[in-house]
Amino acid sequence: MILKVGQSLASSVDTTTVIVVRAPKTDVSLTCGGVDMVVGKKGEGDGSSIDPAYIGGAELGKRYADDEAGIEILCTKPGKGRLELDGRALPLKAAKPLPSSD
Amino acid sequence: MNLTMLLDMAVDGFGDRIVVGSRDLGISAARLQELSVAGAAAIREAGADSVVYLAVNGPAFPVAMFSAARAGVPLVPVNYRLGREQLDGLLANHPRALGIADITQAEALERAGLTVFSPQEWIQSLASSTNTAFDEDDDVDTDAPAVVIYTSGTTSAPKGVLLRHENLTSYVFGSVEFASAEETDAALVSVPPYHIAAVANVITNLYAGRRTMVLEQFTPDQWLDTVRREEITNALVVPTMLARIVESDADKSVPSLRGLAYGGAPMPAKVIERALQMWPETGFVNAYGLTETSSTIAVLGPDDHRAALASDDEAVRARLGSVGRVVPGIDLEIRDFDDSVLEPGVMGRICVRGDQVSAEYAGIGRMVDERGFFDTRDKGYVDEEGFLFVGGRVDDTIIRGAENIAPAEIEDVILRHPDVLDVAVVGVPDDEWGQRIEAAVVLRPGAPVDAEDLRAFVRDSLRSSKTPDRIVYWDELPRTETGKLVRRHVVDRLVKQEQSAKV
Repeated sequence: MILKVGQSLASSVDTTTVIVVRAPKTDVSLTCGGVDMVVGKKGEGDGSSIDPAYIGGAELGKRYADDEAGIEILCTKPGKGRLELDGRALPLKAAKPLPSSD
Repeated sequence: MNLTMLLDMAVDGFGDRIVVGSRDLGISAARLQELSVAGAAAIREAGADSVVYLAVNGPAFPVAMFSAARAGVPLVPVNYRLGREQLDGLLANHPRALGIADITQAEALERAGLTVFSPQEWIQSLASSTNTAFDEDDDVDTDAPAVVIYTSGTTSAPKGVLLRHENLTSYVFGSVEFASAEETDAALVSVPPYHIAAVANVITNLYAGRRTMVLEQFTPDQWLDTVRREEITNALVVPTMLARIVESDADKSVPSLRGLAYGGAPMPAKVIERALQMWPETGFVNAYGLTETSSTIAVLGPDDHRAALASDDEAVRARLGSVGRVVPGIDLEIRDFDDSVLEPGVMGRICVRGDQVSAEYAGIGRMVDERGFFDTRDKGYVDEEGFLFVGGRVDDTIIRGAENIAPAEIEDVILRHPDVLDVAVVGVPDDEWGQRIEAAVVLRPGAPVDAEDLRAFVRDSLRSSKTPDRIVYWDELPRTETGKLVRRHVVDRLVKQEQSAKV
């Protein structure tokens, strides 16, 4: 699917939800627990149907990014299923915190 | 996308943590969510299309912000120091608002026909509501802006800046790491609620998991006492506040203070240098941004400050006067008057683009070019390493004869004089030159400085066409509560003084 910045995506197999912070220009497949994520704000399922090979879920408030693909997503609800982009696990983005300016 | 997403994430991540108010009596993230659910219900029940907030900062402010967001209507924080005419004009834009106002301000809202709660009444009525259960499916997508902030109108009539949920959440996601604060962290907020920094403070600190405390009325003693008593770790001040703290005779020890951010107006070099020497353990952050850009777009961090202060290299040292480098998600161009992009080191107009940039005004629309860039109408340049230097408003430029002169350049020089506390340089209408340069200066009490000597001091650094034709001494300058100089008031007073001198 073509992702859009600010879009909410939900897992089809567990509680995971993410929002798109940076979107690739090309059509990509974003999966959670091995199944395509869909546009929405609430994940379907409790994660029990996930193949053990796809376990390794997203953590609340963490970013997952692939600079080469130009994608960054932010986890807004954690879950059990691993996030993958086109069949490859999306790595956790190391936090480079800015000093608090507010 | 909705601001409430930030609050709902906070509840999932650290719901029991106190995020607003004092450690003992404050509001937890979970409680803030409950109050916002009750608040949204109250707003819907009243049929209100916005929430006008005309009060000092306090716990009611974040409650109002998230209640409005959950109801899908904008929060409109309004300056409680506006004159009656200006206030009435502005309230006329929000005829169906629900009002939250301090008792002394309530009359203005009643005059406009609005239902008014005091901040205390508002919180109490929500706290006793039974309608506080959060329903995940009750998610509001709204086309309405999240916040409307009126510009201070120092250079033109106040305009309502529309900050959309997308703008504010982009700012937070781009510059803050979720739950990155320690449980013991606390931020002290000293800016009034109608300032963009107050809005940004609510959402960024909440998202980081940092408790916020509000100082209703700034005095150096109060600020210093509160930092010590509440073990404040982070704070934001405007330059005039830091100047008063530095000048104060009070006990200035602040052992808990790890980070001090400043912004909102240019910082005099003298003040920041003294502050850095006074608090070597504190990390200083200069934040540059506009209401239209959802707060900060460039940051000069603690390491930049220390490197600049310690350096022998003039270019590095000069960075103490810069606003640092742009934050992720912001593209910046320095442009000439014909819109061509200028090289490093050349002064032009600061133009920015990014998801956090609203650039949208009520009744006007989005003011961006075809490539999405917003002209800040600030002048500036970047150095070779990308540090941004801001040189004042384009609209403040003095045109003397055919020469364009930036007041900031002259003000910087005058401020270097050890006996000068504050200065405003403006263009005054002149029959011969179009405009002539005049300066109003505030001297350190009891320090007599001859105006001719001060002119000579300027001439030593700048050429004579940039030396003020006249320098007058005043007790104080017309500044807004957040430290912005109101130049047209300076000009008015200078012109009046001259007229009465001629009679």
